[in-house]
Amino acid sequence: MIQCKTSKAIGGMGHSLKRKEDARFIQGKGHYVDDIKLPGMLYMDIVRSPYAYARIKSINIEEAMKVPGVVAVVTGRDLEKYNLHWMPTLMSDTQMVLPTDTVMYQSQEVAAVIATTKYAARDGREAVRVQYEPMKPVIDPFKALDPSAPVLRSDKPDKKDNHIWNWKVGDKAKTDALFETADVVVKEQMHIPRIHVASIETCGCVADYDKVNNHLTMYMTTQAPHAIRTVIALVAGHVGLTEEKVRVISPDIGGGFGGKVPVYPGYVIAIAVSFLVGKPVKWIEDRSENLQADSFARDYHITAEMAGTKDGKILGTRFKVLADHGYTDASANPSKFPTGMFSIATGSYDYDTTYMECDAVYTNKPPGGVAYRCSFRVTEAVHAIERITDRFAFEVGKDPADLRMQNFIKKEDFPWKSPTGWIYDSGDYHAGLEKAMEAVGYHQLRREQAEKRAKGELMGIGISTFTEIVGAGPSKDFDILGIKMFDSAEIRVHPTGKAIARFGTKSQGQGHETTYAQIIAEELGIPAENIAIEEGDTDTAPYGLGTYASRSTPTAGAAAAIAARKLRDKARKIAAYLLEVSEDDLEWEPGKFFVKGAPDKAKTIQEIVFAAYTNHPQGMEAGFEATHYYDPPNLTFPSGAYICVVDIDRETCEIKVRRFVAIDDCGNIINPMIVQGQVHGGLTQGIAPAMYEELIYDESGNILNGTLMDYLVPTAVESPNWETGHTITPSPHHPIGAKGVGESPTVGAPPAIANAIVDALSPLGITHLDIPITPFKVFKALKEKGVF
Amino acid sequence: MTKTINVTVNGTMHTLDVEPRLLLVHMIREVLNLTGTHIGCDTSSCGACTILMDGKSIKSCTVLAVQADGKSVATIEGLAPEGGPLHPLQEGFKENHGLHCGFCTPGMIMRCVEMLQHNNNPTEEEIRWGISGNLCRCTGYNNIVKAVIWAGAKMRGEETPSTEPEFV
Repeated sequence: MIQCKTSKAIGGMGHSLKRKEDARFIQGKGHYVDDIKLPGMLYMDIVRSPYAYARIKSINIEEAMKVPGVVAVVTGRDLEKYNLHWMPTLMSDTQMVLPTDTVMYQSQEVAAVIATTKYAARDGREAVRVQYEPMKPVIDPFKALDPSAPVLRSDKPDKKDNHIWNWKVGDKAKTDALFETADVVVKEQMHIPRIHVASIETCGCVADYDKVNNHLTMYMTTQAPHAIRTVIALVAGHVGLTEEKVRVISPDIGGGFGGKVPVYPGYVIAIAVSFLVGKPVKWIEDRSENLQADSFARDYHITAEMAGTKDGKILGTRFKVLADHGYTDASANPSKFPTGMFSIATGSYDYDTTYMECDAVYTNKPPGGVAYRCSFRVTEAVHAIERITDRFAFEVGKDPADLRMQNFIKKEDFPWKSPTGWIYDSGDYHAGLEKAMEAVGYHQLRREQAEKRAKGELMGIGISTFTEIVGAGPSKDFDILGIKMFDSAEIRVHPTGKAIARFGTKSQGQGHETTYAQIIAEELGIPAENIAIEEGDTDTAPYGLGTYASRSTPTAGAAAAIAARKLRDKARKIAAYLLEVSEDDLEWEPGKFFVKGAPDKAKTIQEIVFAAYTNHPQGMEAGFEATHYYDPPNLTFPSGAYICVVDIDRETCEIKVRRFVAIDDCGNIINPMIVQGQVHGGLTQGIAPAMYEELIYDESGNILNGTLMDYLVPTAVESPNWETGHTITPSPHHPIGAKGVGESPTVGAPPAIANAIVDALSPLGITHLDIPITPFKVFKALKEKGVF
Repeated sequence: MTKTINVTVNGTMHTLDVEPRLLLVHMIREVLNLTGTHIGCDTSSCGACTILMDGKSIKSCTVLAVQADGKSVATIEGLAPEGGPLHPLQEGFKENHGLHCGFCTPGMIMRCVEMLQHNNNPTEEEIRWGISGNLCRCTGYNNIVKAVIWAGAKMRGEETPSTEPEFV
């Protein structure tokens, strides 16, 4: 049972408060970017390349310009005149806005058609004639490193190959020595497939440039409005769009999951066109464009190795990664971390030897590498460690639960320094796994499995006990384009004791309007229902780096708590003045200060706030407002223990997830209903790449499943009935002891499912299958083993 | 070239001159400015645009406006009077945390309206298959199923199940 310090009426932390934002969504009154309609607004559609790699011989816009309603067709040559045909990526790489001579991936933007209606823009798009000279693309990332491969980024004068960067961490010599001498060494080659966030709302914007006032209002689907404003000013400052002339508004967002962090060419073209014609320009991509051109996620090829003893003690790990970034490195990682937080791949286990290395390459595929519901490559890391741990358990003949229990970092050993240098803040891994095993009935299931195996039936049990690393991040290490990754909160309490609080983050469905209000309610005793929350408008919100990487609670949530505590300090002074006692004589309980030993001598927070405006002590600043920019001292380390049970039909190879138990530890819980909802959703986004989703390209670079007809987002039928629970190990350094939860399930679920399927197939000698594990993949594996 | 159609939307009759190729969802969103109906794909796969036409749930991105001539259309905006009382499904989604970002919600609710009209006491499996034409990327569907069960109980006049999360 979660203990609450506040009454239900106040609705502080731990209450399953119903969401404040729901009223508009359930009545069709949400306000998404495509709902914006401005006077004189023009519509933009984009011509895209059918080829993965080709020279543009000509672009003929004559017929398009004859289409009624078409007002302009914009090409790379047009943007070149304003030096707007290239833009930086968040990883300081470069990306074409529109090409002047070469296209580098299928569905790349080639030209933009501007028209008075959506339909006219589409007609114009169909009428643009582009002549291409196709070239042989480089699709396979391994072949991209071959010395004979063409150098794709010929725009970079010094580039002699397709290699982007090399990253390494750990002790190579020590690790190599261990692997030479260890009793047991296991190794698997894994691919974490290229997938897509596929939020149900696609990306889009309305760029509204006002020529009279030289001011741009940019309504757009962005998870990080302030960062976007700064990027716009950096890219377009030379044409007069300096930062004070730019207002970015992120309205309601229909799911983000990391896909709405990057800047896409469509946004930039819309701004450029609005700037040139002085009218608002709307660009909303359709689903196929979204899946085919917007940033993908994952696509890591990992060689994972584990060394240990015959009795199951893990001694070390070694990971070698090849990262396929497509045409440009358009990841959205903190600047100093090209592989994000992949170095969390040492996992939840107590050992001191590891070495990791990653090489990134260019190919003729769409650019990206976004952190899809994942704190920067943690999903890839967790899959690698949890799969190889199971592989090791199989090798030494130990139950994977026993082996994990044997190797877990102990509760009393926190804070714990990992071999790659992270300081894990807190955790109780044994308790989590014990709880999950009890909930699922682990030992009974193993007995059932033994009986079924004797009959030749395929049943599997898979475990994943992951450690996440979220809340980026401490300013000494974390920045994006140089801007430190703090986040902010500003609280204004009105004279009648009701409040508005504004944040630099931006909810895309996480429920910030409710949970932030609960944090402030917890600290100030003002009922959460009386605290309005506002995000997403750079003119009103304090600067922040936005919502992704499970960072809102660890950073902005902390900022809210500290800003509220500043106000409570002020409230104490005012209460002392009103009650004519010294501050030390006062005690706080949620909602009021009272005199020690005389609880009826009290002032409520509402009375105190009123006095701040009407009767404040002389010499004290009037009003009741506070702002805080929170620079976290460390990251937070949520963890979880997931157990999945599958049954596989030996004849049809159909895989059925029978049970899935998820025990999450995200520290102190703000709203159990919302945390549970986040876990449900994340688990479904975990089963998706484990069993269904992968963006597939043929050798010519054609995407084979670029629509929702064939890119298999799970429906309610594929999604199991998730069973969830929690343990609570507060973060010792976070002001409210919370850790963040949004991404844990997406990160933790895939290896639990993969481990369950491989466990089911292990009697046949199968030790690994790459996700997504489809019935066809199982069929092929069984066929190889002579079953068919 | 346009064609004149008569279509009743949320109880109000509209006479509209529309291009024959205009999609019903664009008529609803762009002509009538009812933006509660959303567009999530271009292949009729996601169901964000689901509305009722003559009481039957359809994906309005796959129907032309001219096909709605003489028909009655219901969108999320017409489900309950502004300011309430809410439809049991709207209430059910809120009480059971059946939505996160809210983008699929109008389509999902409209689909469930028809489903509960046929059977106001569906099993979990019937609900899951019943909404399998509507994608939600946020919730993982557990709480949508709960919301529909809750709404069914309310519509039958029975006690509604607990909305406390089973997160122990």
